[in-house]
Amino acid sequence: MKQQTIETLVRWAFMAVALFSITALCLIMLFLVFEGVPILKHVSLKEFVFGLYWYPTSDPADFGIFPLVVGSFLVTLLSGVVSIPLGVMTALYLAEIASGRTAEIVKPMVELMASMPSVVIGFFGMVVVAPFIQKTFDIPVGLNLFNASLMLAFMSIPTICSISEDAIFSVPQALKEASFALGATHLETIVRVIVPASISGICTAVILGMSRAIGETMVVLMVAGGAAMIPGSLFDPVRPMPASIAAEMAEAPFGSEHYHALFATGLVLFAFTFVFNLVADYISHRFRQTGEASL
Amino acid sequence: MKNPIKTGVVALCLTVAAACPALGEALVLKGSTTVLPIAQKVAESYMKLHPAVKISLSGGGSSNGIKAIVDGTADIGNASRFIKSKEIKLATAKGIYPVPHRIALDCIVPVVNARNPVADLSTDQLKEIYLGKIKNWKEVGGADQKIVVISRDTSSGTFEVWEKLVMKKARVIPSALTVPSNGGLVQAVATTPGALGYIALGYLNDDIKALSVNQVPGTPDTTRNGLYPISRPLFMFTNGWITGRTADFMNYLLSKKGQQLVEEAGSIPVY
Repeated sequence: MKQQTIETLVRWAFMAVALFSITALCLIMLFLVFEGVPILKHVSLKEFVFGLYWYPTSDPADFGIFPLVVGSFLVTLLSGVVSIPLGVMTALYLAEIASGRTAEIVKPMVELMASMPSVVIGFFGMVVVAPFIQKTFDIPVGLNLFNASLMLAFMSIPTICSISEDAIFSVPQALKEASFALGATHLETIVRVIVPASISGICTAVILGMSRAIGETMVVLMVAGGAAMIPGSLFDPVRPMPASIAAEMAEAPFGSEHYHALFATGLVLFAFTFVFNLVADYISHRFRQTGEASL
Repeated sequence: MKNPIKTGVVALCLTVAAACPALGEALVLKGSTTVLPIAQKVAESYMKLHPAVKISLSGGGSSNGIKAIVDGTADIGNASRFIKSKEIKLATAKGIYPVPHRIALDCIVPVVNARNPVADLSTDQLKEIYLGKIKNWKEVGGADQKIVVISRDTSSGTFEVWEKLVMKKARVIPSALTVPSNGGLVQAVATTPGALGYIALGYLNDDIKALSVNQVPGTPDTTRNGLYPISRPLFMFTNGWITGRTADFMNYLLSKKGQQLVEEAGSIPVY
């Protein structure tokens, strides 16, 4: 066969592969829309998103997902409060401060954390952390917002840490040396030079970590408590969107209002993660460090 | 190198054989996860007696079991509730006549933490607690401790029974914790001192304590004689009156031996 024919064939083959996954994704999205939108025949969009009561199987049923949205949002926010400082600082330590050998041992361990199955973390939260929280804070129940946030933070730290570590590591050596040459201390160099230079990578890491937390299902299903209400305190149970979908989909009669409501909840969840990813993309482009002179 | 391929081919053939009703020697059972352990025990023992028969089992919930009968994707649809009028309409529209077979009984008991001194609640008290009107154990003769109300997901069969027999269709308070399985509920009640939950009798263990209801303890006997208020029959649905292999299987399940297996699976025999 001619060299050129092979070239063309390879090109088309790769394009087909790329198109295949994109098409599959688009079809899934279309499916989500087609299965989710019919719920609007039964309730208005406002009642669905801002309705306060989720009683999908009662007669008459109520399909208000506001408590679920608030649950998802709070769980993600709180897990971020824990995981962002821990993740970013661990990354800074590994890339800048730790000696070569320490980094060599700690880094694989952090990455190992990322491979921990979520069901194991959920089980840990349920059996070990829940009774602990319940006794320590003397509250009625350990399956709550706080517990779920801790477990989710545990899951997103490795993502945040390893991606921001890459960003920090790729800051040009010359920048660092210049800073030292001007008489800056190590701390000043990290705070004033390294972090600003890698901020786009760090932000991307944070947002990817958060979008992992918001979409996580197993952990919140097991430890968040599952009460569809707007929590009044840190120790109230919540029912984030993924938990609700996972728990109810199996028994929702095919084609029923409940079925469509669950798909619509999935659509709302998708909108959330989509916005997260758009923001991540925007930030990584907007604050991208191009060359060494633009700091 | 060759073996995995061979196994794969054999597995494929078996799947095809199991999925093909034309052979007549395959039975497909689908539906309720509550009925699943019973079906599993009986199917294993039945296949030992009749090695030529291939029985395939899957869960997916009561609604799925009935749906499988309507779609014709299963010979037997398992359900932990009776068929709904909506589903009957759907079935008859397709020319399908679902026939219920009562194969076992299930008993749902309220459970509390092992250290809770309360031993009995009336159905009215249970309802008030799940409505959020009674909030503290001292109001029902226990210690001064907040009641942690634990419920099952609104789609579970156990919840449906609870909603019908205890709540009388009233809504459980939104602040009630929900757990996705009987096992999860046992775990939650065992680790939470003020907890109140409900499970199928078969899941009861030493970590938690069952309450009697209206002074009647939930046992196989009180369930069968109808004294215990929170119990339900379990069903298998078939399309039309049963014949052939399906009938033989059902007769086995309802025989003395079959009902003994029901008991081993943690449910209550019908006689």
